[in-house]
Amino acid sequence: MIDVNTLVGPYPFRYTPHPDPQILAGVLEREGTREAWVGHLPSAFWRDPSPGNTELYTMLLPFAGLFRPVPAVRPDWPRWEHALDAAVTAGAPAVRLYPQQWTLGPGDQRLAAITEACGDRGLVVMLTVRFEDLRQRGPLDVAGDLPAATVRHLARVNGRTRIIVTAAGRDMIEEVHWGLTPDEQSRLYWDISWIWGPPEDHLAKLYRSIGAGRFVFGTQWPLRLVQTPRANLELLPDDLAGMPLANPDDIARDAMDATRR
Amino acid sequence: MADAGAPPSREGEASRLIDVHAHFWHRDAGRSDWAALNDARFRAGDRMGIAVHVASVLGSYGFTSPTYFPSPRDVALGNDAMLALCDAEPERVRMYVTVNPNHTAHALAEVERCAARGAIGIKLLASRRADDPLLDPIADLAAERGLPILHHAWQHRRHDWPSQEASDGLDLARLAARHPAATIILAHIGGGGDWAHTHAAIADVPNVVVDLSGSGVDRGMLDATLGAIGPERMLWACDVTMETGLAKLRALEVIGLEPERLELVKWGNAMRIFPDGAFPEFAGSATEPAPRNPRQGPAAHTPQSVTARRRNSA
Repeated sequence: MIDVNTLVGPYPFRYTPHPDPQILAGVLEREGTREAWVGHLPSAFWRDPSPGNTELYTMLLPFAGLFRPVPAVRPDWPRWEHALDAAVTAGAPAVRLYPQQWTLGPGDQRLAAITEACGDRGLVVMLTVRFEDLRQRGPLDVAGDLPAATVRHLARVNGRTRIIVTAAGRDMIEEVHWGLTPDEQSRLYWDISWIWGPPEDHLAKLYRSIGAGRFVFGTQWPLRLVQTPRANLELLPDDLAGMPLANPDDIARDAMDATRR
Repeated sequence: MADAGAPPSREGEASRLIDVHAHFWHRDAGRSDWAALNDARFRAGDRMGIAVHVASVLGSYGFTSPTYFPSPRDVALGNDAMLALCDAEPERVRMYVTVNPNHTAHALAEVERCAARGAIGIKLLASRRADDPLLDPIADLAAERGLPILHHAWQHRRHDWPSQEASDGLDLARLAARHPAATIILAHIGGGGDWAHTHAAIADVPNVVVDLSGSGVDRGMLDATLGAIGPERMLWACDVTMETGLAKLRALEVIGLEPERLELVKWGNAMRIFPDGAFPEFAGSATEPAPRNPRQGPAAHTPQSVTARRRNSA
């Protein structure tokens, strides 16, 4: 199992216990997770994420083979293409985009441009719907949830960029999925960190409607309990138990292969 | 190659659980899948080891009157559905009687009617602020009958939200202070809002206990709850997201809670708080907690700092 949705570093709006890579390494071992894709949490809220990426690469160096860096790259910041090249050099399988925190709305061509450029370099694009439940956000946290329209826009940019959306719920997943062609759907994946289990059984319903292969394992550590998505998988109805999720390694490989086509 | 879809099952590992915050649906609740929802709760509960679901029905869940402002007719309709479910599932289900305090006479009559048929607690929604005097006769009756009140809560109500007259920890603390002989279960610490505010609001109010349910699974929340009020005032529960209930159960195991105290959270505290005989299947257990009047408050608790638990945090 690979956890695609982990972060290190503090969260600006509430205390988050020890969001450190060495603690994450212990959590992965305890939970039986073999690898994590790791982002830098404060970078989502900094005007310039570049120092955060440098810090991320440095923090993860001792954990090669266990962690893969996922830097944040801001497409309205000068020389963002260089940040993408640095991500490739650092072995990143993906880059994180935060349209809401950067006030880049649906249809913004800068988002389209970086999505295109990620496809050129074989980098997966990662999007985050939310960090916290809307009901608990602090009054200064005004970014709002990522709109489904932004995801649909980026999924239609080209025929090769792979996108992983984290922290989405059933409504958004269905709205986006059924608003795309089968070809567009095939390049879009969702992590299961925020999808409800029983009794509403949203995860089971999504498995039946759009297929388990559209989903990847993600926890949103250190913000959320790492045990939640695993519990969700364990509580699936018997006929869905053990259905394989998409493998992030395969998604990254497909993204790289697409650059050669 | 695809990623493994399910880790090894841990079914049966937690066979002694009481879920103190559950809901069931019925045919007049406006959802054609109501029976499937109930089946799913039983399916997941059996897999997790939930021995008893302590549940309520919230009127018609908005179909014929609002979920948080149910009409007297819908209150009775829902309670009837809950009574019928208790009759059909006597081993797995106990009930809260749901009432709307804006209709005082009806609310008191419903409590009497359903308690006579086995209700073991009272469910209050968000129909009236918790510290409103209209709740006093209900709290008096609850104390007299030894019925805990499960009260819907918003953790730190900074303003009014649509569709409910929500109460937060401070509101519940004021109600509890006026009724020291009543036990108030503050609902779903993970159910939305700022749970840290709740800790501060109720820390010194011993007759307010907390259920751990809610879709919120913030890291640090369980550690902080434990540090603020201690395990004797924590009740394990799921509400409408059972996967988060299971996750919290697993997390409690790794944040440093001793096994005997974990048993309190899983079922022991419920044995103490609900009326005698509410859970006969748990009676006589070797680890059954010593009887103690909850109105006298829980065992003394020494708050621990979050940093003291850092090494074991989930």
